Amino acid sequence: MKRIYSIEDACIGCHLCEVACITEHSQSKDPVKAFLHEPVRPISRCTVEEWDGGVISLSTNCRHCDEPDCLRACISGAIQKQENGVVLIDTEQCVGCWSCVMACPYGAVQRNLNKKKANKCDLCPERENPACVDACPNRALVYKEGSQK
Amino acid sequence: MNYVIIGNSVAAVGAIRGIRNHDSEGTITVISRENHIAYGRPLISYLLGGTITEKRMAYLPEDFYEKNRVNLLLGSEVVGVDSDKKRVKLAAGDTVPFDKLLIATGGDPFVPPIEGMSGKEKVFTFTTWDDAAKLKGLAYDIQRVVVIGGGLIGLKAAEGLYQLEKKVTIVELADRILSAAFDRTAGRIVAKKMKANGIDVITEDTVVRIEGDGAAISGVTLKSGDFIPCDTVIVAIGVRPAAGFLKGSKVEVNRGIVVDDRMETSAKGIYAAGDVAEARDFFTSSKNPMPIWPDAYIQGDVAGVSMAGKDKGYAGGLAMNSIELFKVPTISMGITNPSDEKEFEILTYQDQENYQYRKIVLKDNLLMGAVLVGAVDRAGIFAGLIREKIDVAPFKDKLLTVDFGFIHLTKEIRSTLFAPQGKVA
Repeated sequence: MKRIYSIEDACIGCHLCEVACITEHSQSKDPVKAFLHEPVRPISRCTVEEWDGGVISLSTNCRHCDEPDCLRACISGAIQKQENGVVLIDTEQCVGCWSCVMACPYGAVQRNLNKKKANKCDLCPERENPACVDACPNRALVYKEGSQK
Repeated sequence: MNYVIIGNSVAAVGAIRGIRNHDSEGTITVISRENHIAYGRPLISYLLGGTITEKRMAYLPEDFYEKNRVNLLLGSEVVGVDSDKKRVKLAAGDTVPFDKLLIATGGDPFVPPIEGMSGKEKVFTFTTWDDAAKLKGLAYDIQRVVVIGGGLIGLKAAEGLYQLEKKVTIVELADRILSAAFDRTAGRIVAKKMKANGIDVITEDTVVRIEGDGAAISGVTLKSGDFIPCDTVIVAIGVRPAAGFLKGSKVEVNRGIVVDDRMETSAKGIYAAGDVAEARDFFTSSKNPMPIWPDAYIQGDVAGVSMAGKDKGYAGGLAMNSIELFKVPTISMGITNPSDEKEFEILTYQDQENYQYRKIVLKDNLLMGAVLVGAVDRAGIFAGLIREKIDVAPFKDKLLTVDFGFIHLTKEIRSTLFAPQGKVA
């Protein structure tokens, strides 16, 4: 399956992947409205990590694992792996117990405290490429066929 | 191949998927003494408290059993296993033959004899959907509850009853609540929050007598001599592997059903997984029962693959719990409270006022365990460091920071996990 990979040396730490992710998962799909005017701002499913004042940075994201630890830990069955390989959270079913946060070794499941629901990458089903990949100004994110590790 | 699975919770589900990944032909029969299809067992406290409806108890997509071609025998209790003739005996008298058998019966609540208990109407355990439904149905008739046991089950029952506006007292024998998963500090922080919400938490004491005339309960008397008025008692002392029906079979049962790394028992062709099993521990390699949800899934998967004739490694059971109580999230994993502190290096950060606590347990620069209270985000990174046995020496000083992440690990690890393989177009 296609996954999002991250090239550390190309990452400039601009966080545009996070902005794009939040925008894509907003109601308006407009960054200004999503950040300022919508009642609940989505939270980013990718996480840009920085160290040393931004000298080192990397956008980390869900691996859509073959055997997802989040799925195995989920007590409500809200996390399922689709036939196309995408690992999704059914937010209606999620009870916000954070077992997936406990289990994911990639740190790729977020707590959405506004909604008390777990949150993770869905690979942007309405787009050809995930929004974070399209937004990256230095092609530090690539979307290609590949394995989990 | 004729697969039979006793039990219908998460280990059984892991096994069904494990079998079907390798064998799309064989027949699978699931026998469960409960009348429900697989449900999120830990959700019973949410159901009791009214946070979720019955519809959301369903653990699986609606078409799961059909898609995986599983025959369901619900409401059927297995009373015996004949390991030589390869068949199980049901309470109703009939027998079910098998080629490969998985025992995934989970745990039964342990109820010790307590003086005054027999004949009392409102004494309950709290491990099944039916337990929750029964309590919820009687809720109008319940005012004050004493919960015996401050473990996970007791605390979640207490929270559910609190949400129904019942007055709750927890009585715990150890010096803190959640003594299996927490250390003293974490236990104290959560107890403080519970007390702030009006739950009485009594530690280092136990119920010695249930008081009351006839079927009604008037209260309980504690070992300390204190009397606590109540009309309902919930016994939540712990669970024991539900393996009693194996008496007389050739399956070795210690505290749980002893299994190897393929989840096979001492009887060939018979496997066990989940809370009923006694499998290898991640750290010590000794075997012990580990009633941990994700581990039950993993054991079920390993068992299913083995039953289908393939091999899949088992890394060993790693305890981990994510428990939110009264809006204080906690995640703990691995060794959280080492008995011999000299062998371990322990790092802590705490801000008890704000319900924040982080504890890291190291041994020879390997992460052995963690306790997080409050800021639990990305806790799974710690689980990865434990499982992969990563040397933490280069970033030890960063482990307690709330934004600890992959950036503090080596570039090599980051590349392995996140970088594209091969040529990037």
